[in-house]
Amino acid sequence: MKRDFTIRTLVGVLIALLLAGPLLPRWAMFLITVSLCYGTVVLGMMLLMRTGVVSFGHGLYYCLGAYASGTLDVLFGVSDIAVMLLAAVAVTGVVSALLGLLLRKYRDIFFAMLSLAFSMILYGLLLKTSALGSSDGFNVAAKTLFGIRIAGTEFERYLIFAVTVLIAFVAAVCMHKYLASHMGRLAGAIRDNELRVEYMGASVRNTIHVNYVMSAVLAGLGGALAAVSVGHIDPEMSYWTTSGEFVFVAILAGTGNVLAPFLGAFIFETIRSFAYEYSPNTWQMALGTTMLLVIMFLPGGLWSLFTRMRRAT
Amino acid sequence: MDWNFSRPLKTAAAVLAGATLAITCATAHAQDKPIRIGLVTFLSGPAAGPFGVPAKMAADAIVDSLNAGKAPAPYNIKGFGGTPLELTIVDEAGGATKQVTELRNLIERQNVDFVIGYISSGDCLAVAPVAEELKTLTILFDCGTPRVFEEASYKYVFRTRSHATMDAVAGAMYLLENRPAVKSYAGINQNYAWGQDSWADFTAVMATLKPEATITSSQMPKFGAGQYGPEISALLQTNSDVIHSSLWGGDLEAFMLQATPRGLFNRSQLVLVAGEPYLHRLAGNMPDGTVVGARGPNGVYAQKSALNDWLRQIYKERAEIYPNYPAYSVAMAFLGLKAAYEKARGAGGGAPATDDVIKAFEFLNFDSPAGKVMMKLGKGHQAVTGTAYGTTRTVNGQVTVGDIKYYALERVQPPEGVKSLDWIKSGMKPGNW
Amino acid sequence: MNQLLAVLIDGLIYSSWLFIIAVGLTLIYGVMKILNIAHGSLYALGAYSAASLAGYWINQGHAPMGSYAMMLVAAILVGLIAGPVIERGLLRFMYGKDEIVLVLVTYAVFLILEDFIKLTWGVDPYFLYQPYSLLGSFDVGNLTYPVYNLVLFGMAVLIGVTLVWVLTKTRRGKMLVAVIHDREMAAAMGINVSLVYFVTFTAGAMLGAVGGALTAPMISVQPGIGAETIVLAFAVVVIGGLGSLPGAALAAVLVGLVRSAAVHYRPELDLFAIYFVMAVVLIMRPKGLFSVQEARKI
Repeated sequence: MKRDFTIRTLVGVLIALLLAGPLLPRWAMFLITVSLCYGTVVLGMMLLMRTGVVSFGHGLYYCLGAYASGTLDVLFGVSDIAVMLLAAVAVTGVVSALLGLLLRKYRDIFFAMLSLAFSMILYGLLLKTSALGSSDGFNVAAKTLFGIRIAGTEFERYLIFAVTVLIAFVAAVCMHKYLASHMGRLAGAIRDNELRVEYMGASVRNTIHVNYVMSAVLAGLGGALAAVSVGHIDPEMSYWTTSGEFVFVAILAGTGNVLAPFLGAFIFETIRSFAYEYSPNTWQMALGTTMLLVIMFLPGGLWSLFTRMRRAT
Repeated sequence: MDWNFSRPLKTAAAVLAGATLAITCATAHAQDKPIRIGLVTFLSGPAAGPFGVPAKMAADAIVDSLNAGKAPAPYNIKGFGGTPLELTIVDEAGGATKQVTELRNLIERQNVDFVIGYISSGDCLAVAPVAEELKTLTILFDCGTPRVFEEASYKYVFRTRSHATMDAVAGAMYLLENRPAVKSYAGINQNYAWGQDSWADFTAVMATLKPEATITSSQMPKFGAGQYGPEISALLQTNSDVIHSSLWGGDLEAFMLQATPRGLFNRSQLVLVAGEPYLHRLAGNMPDGTVVGARGPNGVYAQKSALNDWLRQIYKERAEIYPNYPAYSVAMAFLGLKAAYEKARGAGGGAPATDDVIKAFEFLNFDSPAGKVMMKLGKGHQAVTGTAYGTTRTVNGQVTVGDIKYYALERVQPPEGVKSLDWIKSGMKPGNW
Repeated sequence: MNQLLAVLIDGLIYSSWLFIIAVGLTLIYGVMKILNIAHGSLYALGAYSAASLAGYWINQGHAPMGSYAMMLVAAILVGLIAGPVIERGLLRFMYGKDEIVLVLVTYAVFLILEDFIKLTWGVDPYFLYQPYSLLGSFDVGNLTYPVYNLVLFGMAVLIGVTLVWVLTKTRRGKMLVAVIHDREMAAAMGINVSLVYFVTFTAGAMLGAVGGALTAPMISVQPGIGAETIVLAFAVVVIGGLGSLPGAALAAVLVGLVRSAAVHYRPELDLFAIYFVMAVVLIMRPKGLFSVQEARKI
């Protein structure tokens, strides 16, 4: 049996990034960090899409993860990266398990819009909370990693980068294994035809619920990592345009492989960053045009370019 | 590779010759290599029209004029200390996360020497630690939240305009001086940090200065709501003496034009904390007797001086209208930086190190088109100025401002080490400056 | 005066506006199954064009009453140009793709049009205030309302009634309903589905532009109004049940009244009003107020 291409590539990328990190210009290291945070959220989005549902409200968990990790310092004076990430996982896990009870009955646009409503309610709540800075949000400073002080040290940026790379790697490997498992394969079957899945004796709702919680936890992790690396969080993270961007990137990337979300996020961030620089007045137009071209010529997303190349060789 | 002894010698000779040439050129070259300044301001979205684009136009005009050495003394040296300036402009739209990324790109990819930017308070809070991490002198030019320097202290971050506390304090003082018998007041403010803070500050000041006045209603439409029908009905029914509002830009225009035909301002007097940028556009929709602020002695409140005439002239040549307060804010940032840069350059002559510019900038006093600016708060990083308020009157179809009163800074600003709300609640005693 | 009456009147005025901005969206979804985010841009285009054209008309010293005609002319022009360009130039290549992909396509169009608007009109707001107060005002108790609000209400009723009449009483409308029901079957019966799509999208685009044009005199037309409006329109359409005209009308009334009540009694809840209604309605009726039963395909 041939070795798994995806796992090999993931390990290769992991090693390359960890080694190359210190050599990269700092802006590039930050760009990759942010792309990986985004990519982690989009990875969850990909799982939902493979299951046949799309959430226009994943900003809810992105934001919740960020606030769960950011408020730890405000409330309890805890600012250890590991604890912050755990808090994000715990909070998003519980909230998504509860909301999933409701959402798992919904499909299509109704699933999308009901999740949008929930994320906008969180947005509204945070806007009302002036103790947390209302729309201005507040700054988050992660001071330690497993109890070791990193804030202000030479390696602070690289360590945050490395943590992000590692978590993205673990998330991608787990997701890859999950997708290949029995439960993971149900996702595609549900998207194709729910009735047949039910006749086979599998529970559509349970599968959707489990996948929803997984994708929410990934979004929460992404949000917490973004909070740590960007250093600032605000309610905008829960606004519908943020959620829209996740869907945008997921479609741009394609849902064919766990590498796709990260690649898509990286390309998206890069295009946006350079569009800001070279056409500050028309960057939206540049993004929109890219999107249309991808949908027209690469219906499977950017990832289909790679599969085509691999088939060709 | 073939390695012999004469080769390194030749190389060394060549390097030496090159170095001499380079040094001779460098003295001339240093004059030519411009100082790169990153300017971050809204080019899109609702804040572009009233704030972002006027600030950008003012920055362009100021840089051209400074490079030509045409500004009045003491700013008549070309560029900064003889070195010309070059602007790199970035759109502020897109939220705090994107602005953090863009600031990193601006500093590390585009290698700007200084950054002047940020209108949104959220962006200011988010970018300050990043500027600190990247050790680049960054001037926040237009955001208002006192939190920036009240919650943290920075070495590389400066703000050359006063924070927003004085807007509410002076606004309430002006109102009560002209209309001591206020019995009731209501508010309509946008439901985000700026609107909430403005209303919280204003109610706190009123509670201190006029505790018997009652609050009748606090309307909090969402940002960009556009439709204010129910809000106006609710305000009409309160029959309040005064309505306080920090609405700005398009939201302000929409509110005014929906409220005027419904006679809201026949019943209540309006106080607009940030009404100045759009006065010229609101002719016909701005009732006489509205109290209007410009967040400092800016725009229509700027007093006559050579610097003010200069700004008005160079701005008008570009924009065909007179500058509004964001244009004054950006002017303060450029002139403050220029003053600090040239002070640091001092006797040495060469380009000063960032640390020297910072030392020169801390606790600096400098002149601006809006009068004297003093870097007195935030350990010398936060500017203080007085402020002004006035009342509108329509003359020949133009909205003008009369009954102008100026407020000295000690009356309207908390001294160092006292948080704004605490100072207001404890009776606003003038501190030691 | 009776506060309840004020809540009712304010609510109905706001509902009329909501219905006008949402009706084109629900029409397009009903027929084409496209949730058209670019509707927000068409709204903005309509508002900008109306503000420019009517503003020009007034500045030229023509009779101010003519500005209403100019507003409508501007909106119809936008619909007639933008609708066909988007449908023929782009969307027709996308039919048959996943619903979500189509949403993304219209999102891309939205992004492009946002910058197009910025390049054309700049970032300074356009301010067409004259038509709002031109028709005078009327009093209810101690509250004054501009007559323009009645015009808005009238337009909402007119648009709604006309659409229902076209769809249920005319031959072409019945064809449309056939397409809504089953595209393949309608095509097999000889209905020109492509033409129906073309006409529907153009009509929907025109309705979006009319919404913008009618709003222009009440607001300051500025960058970003499309994005603010499209979420509201989405919410109304989803609450009402996608593609249902009576649903959109009922949803508009519901949201309008809830928001108005919030503003009058608990202003701090205004922000949540619409999402609260949406969540509650969807929890009670998962497919909105008026949903069409779909056959399950096995």
